[in-house]
Amino acid sequence: MSTLLERPAEDAAASRAGQSPFARIVSDFVANPVAVFGLGMLMLLVVVAIFAPLISPQNPYDLAQIDVLDSKLPPGSKSGTGGTFWLGTDDQGRDMLSAIFYGLRISLTVGAASTILALVIGLAAGLTAAYVGGRTEAIIMRIVDIQLSFPAILIALILIAVLGTGTGKVITALVTVQWAYYARTVRSAALVEKRKEYMEAAQCLALPPSRIVFHHLLPNCLPPMIVIATVQVAAAIALEATLSFLGLGLPITEPSLGLLIANGYQYLLSGKYWISFFPGIALLLTIVSINLVADQLRDVLNPRLQK
Amino acid sequence: MLVFIIRRSLQAIVVLWVMSLLVFVGVYAVGNPIDILINPQADQQDRERAIHALGLDKSLPDQYLSFLAGAVHGDLGRSFVHSTPALSLILERMPATLELAATAMLIAVILGIPLGLWAGLRPNGIAGRTIMAGSILGFSLPTFWVGLMLIMVFSVMLGWLPSNGRGPTTDLLGVPVSFLSVDGWRHLIMPATNLALFNLALLIRLTRAGAHEALLQDYVKFARAKGLSNARVIGVHVLRNILIPIVTESVFAWPGMGKLLIDSINLLDRPVIVAYLLVIVTVFIVINLAVDILYSALDPRVRLHEAKG
Repeated sequence: MSTLLERPAEDAAASRAGQSPFARIVSDFVANPVAVFGLGMLMLLVVVAIFAPLISPQNPYDLAQIDVLDSKLPPGSKSGTGGTFWLGTDDQGRDMLSAIFYGLRISLTVGAASTILALVIGLAAGLTAAYVGGRTEAIIMRIVDIQLSFPAILIALILIAVLGTGTGKVITALVTVQWAYYARTVRSAALVEKRKEYMEAAQCLALPPSRIVFHHLLPNCLPPMIVIATVQVAAAIALEATLSFLGLGLPITEPSLGLLIANGYQYLLSGKYWISFFPGIALLLTIVSINLVADQLRDVLNPRLQK
Repeated sequence: MLVFIIRRSLQAIVVLWVMSLLVFVGVYAVGNPIDILINPQADQQDRERAIHALGLDKSLPDQYLSFLAGAVHGDLGRSFVHSTPALSLILERMPATLELAATAMLIAVILGIPLGLWAGLRPNGIAGRTIMAGSILGFSLPTFWVGLMLIMVFSVMLGWLPSNGRGPTTDLLGVPVSFLSVDGWRHLIMPATNLALFNLALLIRLTRAGAHEALLQDYVKFARAKGLSNARVIGVHVLRNILIPIVTESVFAWPGMGKLLIDSINLLDRPVIVAYLLVIVTVFIVINLAVDILYSALDPRVRLHEAKG
C-alpha cells in the first residue's frame, strides 16, 4: 500500500530527473507488484467480458444449446455432447463458466456506465460550486452533505422503491448514489487550484470562463477524481450485485453476477454450492483487483507522498 | 452555544420535513396499490369500499396532509398487507435489529481497534501487512455473498449453526432478546459476524491511519486534534453502516426492520416503506445532530464557523 515510502531514497531521487509526469506515474505504479498483479487481473477480466461470446464454451442464453437434463451438475461433469462443465451447471442446465463470462460483461458495463455518468454530473456540480461560489455553492454542497450522511444502499433502495426495477432505473440509482462523492472531491480540489498563480494569470488574460474552467481548472483537478472513480466502479458493481441479489436490481433478461448468485441461493442449502460460489468468486476478483489498482493509484497520484 | 443548538435543531426539523415530503410523494406516485391489494375477482362495490377504507380515493395532497397530521401524533398509517399500524410493525422489529447491530458493533470494535493499532504501529511487519491485506479483502467482499458462504460452511457443510431466523427469544424487561440463551447465540453469531466484517475492515483502516499519523508526526497536540476528528468519522460511519443491516437480515432471514423493508418493497406495502424511511431518517438526523452538538462543544472553531455562515 505504501511502497513509495519504503523505496530507497537514492533510487527514487536518481530516477526523478528528466522524467515526464506520465512516466513517473507509470514507474511509481509498477514499483508495487501487488498493484501490478491487480491491474493484470483486471485487464484479464475486462478482456474476458468483452470477448465473452467468443470464448464461452456455450451461449448460456441460447435455448438450443442448453439441456435441462444437464441441470445442477457438479463442477467437472461431462455434458451429453462430450464437453466438460468445469464449474458445474445451474438449475436450467447452463454451463456456469459461460454464465459467469456473460454476467461479468453485464456487471462491468453497468458499473462503468454509472460511474462515467456520475463522474460527469459530479464534476459539473462540483466545478460549478467552486467556480461560482456564493448561494449556488451553499445549495449544492448542502445537498451533497445531506446525501452523504445516508448509507448508499438506503438511498439506492428508496430510489428503486420509487422508480421500480429495470436496467435504466438501477443505473439511475447508482448515479444518484455516486455523484455526490465526485462533487465534494472536485470542489475541494478546485478551491485549492483556484488560489494558485496560474489561475490568476488566466483570469488576468481575460480568458472566457469556459476556457478557464475546462482548460485550466479541470485538468488540474483530475488526479483525485481518477482515484475516486476507480474506487467507485468497484462500489457500483458491488451495489448493483447487492440490489440484484435482493431481487430489486437488474431484470432476469440481464443476468449479472449478482443475479447468478441470487439464483444459486435456493440450492445452497441442499449442498449445491457451485451455482452461487463461482459467480461470487468472479465478483470478488473483480472488486479486489479494482481496489488494488485504486489503492496504488491513490499513493502514486498523491502529491504529499512524492519525494 | 445555545444559538448553535437551536440553529442545528431547526435545520434538522426542516430536513426531516423535506424528507417526509420526498419519500411520501415518491412512494405514493408509483404503481397502483389497488391492483395488488384487492382480489381481482372482487366486484366493483368491494373494490370501491376497499379503496375508500385505504384512503386511496383522495387526491395526493390530501393524502399527504392526512398522513402528516397522523405522523405528528405518531400514526404513520396502516400496513396494506398486515392491517396493523405501520409504526408498531416497525417498532416490533426494532429490538431484533438493535440486538444484531449492537453485537456486530461489539465484534467490530473489540477486534478492529487493537488490530488497527497493531498494523499502524508496525506497518512493515508481517502481522501488520497481513492485517491490512485482510482489511482490503473485508472491504471488497460483498456482504451478501459472505453471508451465503457462512451459511454454506457453518450450516450446510459443518451443520453447527442454524442458517436462518432468530430462534427462541427470552424476555428482558418485556423486550424479546436472543443473547440470554445458548440457542439464541447460535442464531445470532453468524449474522452478527457477517454484519461486523465491513465495519471491522473500516475500523482497522481508520485506527491504523490514526496510529500511523501520530507516529509520523510525533506531535502530540496535532495528533490529539486529529484523533478527535477521527473519532467523529469512525463513530458516524460505523453507526451508519451497522444500523441498517438490510442485506444481512435478508440473507439470514433475521426478523428485523431491514427484512421488513425488503418484504414491503416487494409487496408494494407503501405505509410500511414510508414509515421505515421516516424512522431511519429520524434516527440519523438525531445521531448527526447529537454528534454535531458534541463536536461543537469540544471544538469552538466549529461554532464560530457556523455563526459566521
